[in-house]
Amino acid sequence: MGAIWVPLALSLKVALWATAINLVLGVAVAFGLSRWRSPVREVVDSILTLPLVLPPTVLGYYLLVMLGRRGVFGGWLDRMDIQLVFTWQGAVIASTLVAFPLVQKAARAAFEAVDPQLESAARVLGLREAAVFFRVSLPLAARGIAAGALLAFARALGEFGATLMIAGNLPGRTQTLSVAIYAAVQAGDDEGAAVMVAVTSVTCVVALLLAAWLAPNHLRRVRP
Amino acid sequence: MRLRPLVALLLFVGSGAAGAADLVVSAASSLTDAFQAVGKAYEVKHPGTHVVFNFAASDVLLRQIASGAPADVFASADQAAMDKAVAAKAIDPATRQDFASNRLVLIVPKDVTVKVASPADLKAATVKRVAYGDPASVPVGRYTKAALEQQGLWDAVSAKGVLAQNVRQSLDYVARGEVEAGFVFATDAAIAKDKVTVAAVVPTPKPITYPIAVVAGSKQAKEASGFESFVQSAEGRSILAGFGFEAP
Repeated sequence: MGAIWVPLALSLKVALWATAINLVLGVAVAFGLSRWRSPVREVVDSILTLPLVLPPTVLGYYLLVMLGRRGVFGGWLDRMDIQLVFTWQGAVIASTLVAFPLVQKAARAAFEAVDPQLESAARVLGLREAAVFFRVSLPLAARGIAAGALLAFARALGEFGATLMIAGNLPGRTQTLSVAIYAAVQAGDDEGAAVMVAVTSVTCVVALLLAAWLAPNHLRRVRP
Repeated sequence: MRLRPLVALLLFVGSGAAGAADLVVSAASSLTDAFQAVGKAYEVKHPGTHVVFNFAASDVLLRQIASGAPADVFASADQAAMDKAVAAKAIDPATRQDFASNRLVLIVPKDVTVKVASPADLKAATVKRVAYGDPASVPVGRYTKAALEQQGLWDAVSAKGVLAQNVRQSLDYVARGEVEAGFVFATDAAIAKDKVTVAAVVPTPKPITYPIAVVAGSKQAKEASGFESFVQSAEGRSILAGFGFEAP
């Protein structure tokens, strides 16, 4: 029974890192896209949304080909003494990639919903662009971003395909809950799998409930 | 609405692939190339029969068959998986026969950076990761574990272990240079000669033999046992030998 805590803690660690990275990256990209006037904007948005629809095996393959020892960036990573394949950091990259569109999409919608007049007013009152962002745009979009981040967290927690391909199955080091479940089912350990399945399901339901509670729609319905 | 015919076509494309005359053979990953060749030869001799293969780690196949997957023939890479199949009443025990044998080898990437000549060398600090099948579900992992336990190396090596889902994944990890060494069957190493080098043939406490059997409840038991006989015929044996499998 004690064995479940190791993969659970690892899954939480990976999902939290992936969410944190996406909060910075996804919010920055979303803000940029929401303010960028260009015909290629939707093309860029579509490309950034790809991880949501591409099979995880495709993402895993890309990651392996890019980051593996013989990959495109393999030599460079090796010189920097960075190991990504078969490490938990590799799992973080896989989870970050698959969950990125969830934060980016939610954040972009949230930024676009911010009333431009409020931002203009802040500028008129003498705030610089960075201050407008941190004191007006970001706080107003925060709920939407938080909802996206929770979805991303739940997605990262359940990431399996790309993670297995790049981080492998190293018990205690890269064996996340979903990989441990897969290994248990393959080995015929149905009881072990059932416990881990239950824990994963409950964690994801809690994250989704929180996301629903934070979502902007919820506010409107409660306070019309 | 011009899309409608296209959608209709896509909905039904490939539906004919799983017909009644298909013989579904669930075989261990290490048999992938050899059995595909055997299947082609069998189809030539039995026109009208289409052999469909399902390759995975033996225990995965066993789980599928025990859960009612519509396979007709089961070929596993060790006796343990077949014993489990017998216990689960998934196969017809009367049809169980050994049809091939293999060797366990320690392989290293072709452009080797770390010197590994025997399993004992895996203890060196320069060897950071070693790939082998998950002993809980992959036969080559069980052979690896047994062999290393016999040499008193299991604890040291398993601390660096990367568990593969089947023998071919372990081969792939070595071929890509992601691990310093890995354990696979001699026949797997042979198909990737341009990428991996055999560092040592590793003796196993139990011989590596491949059993085959007709799945219990197969709707084509006769055809299935025909395939089983073909695998053991002179022609089947010579195809297997061509891929490096030895007689049982």
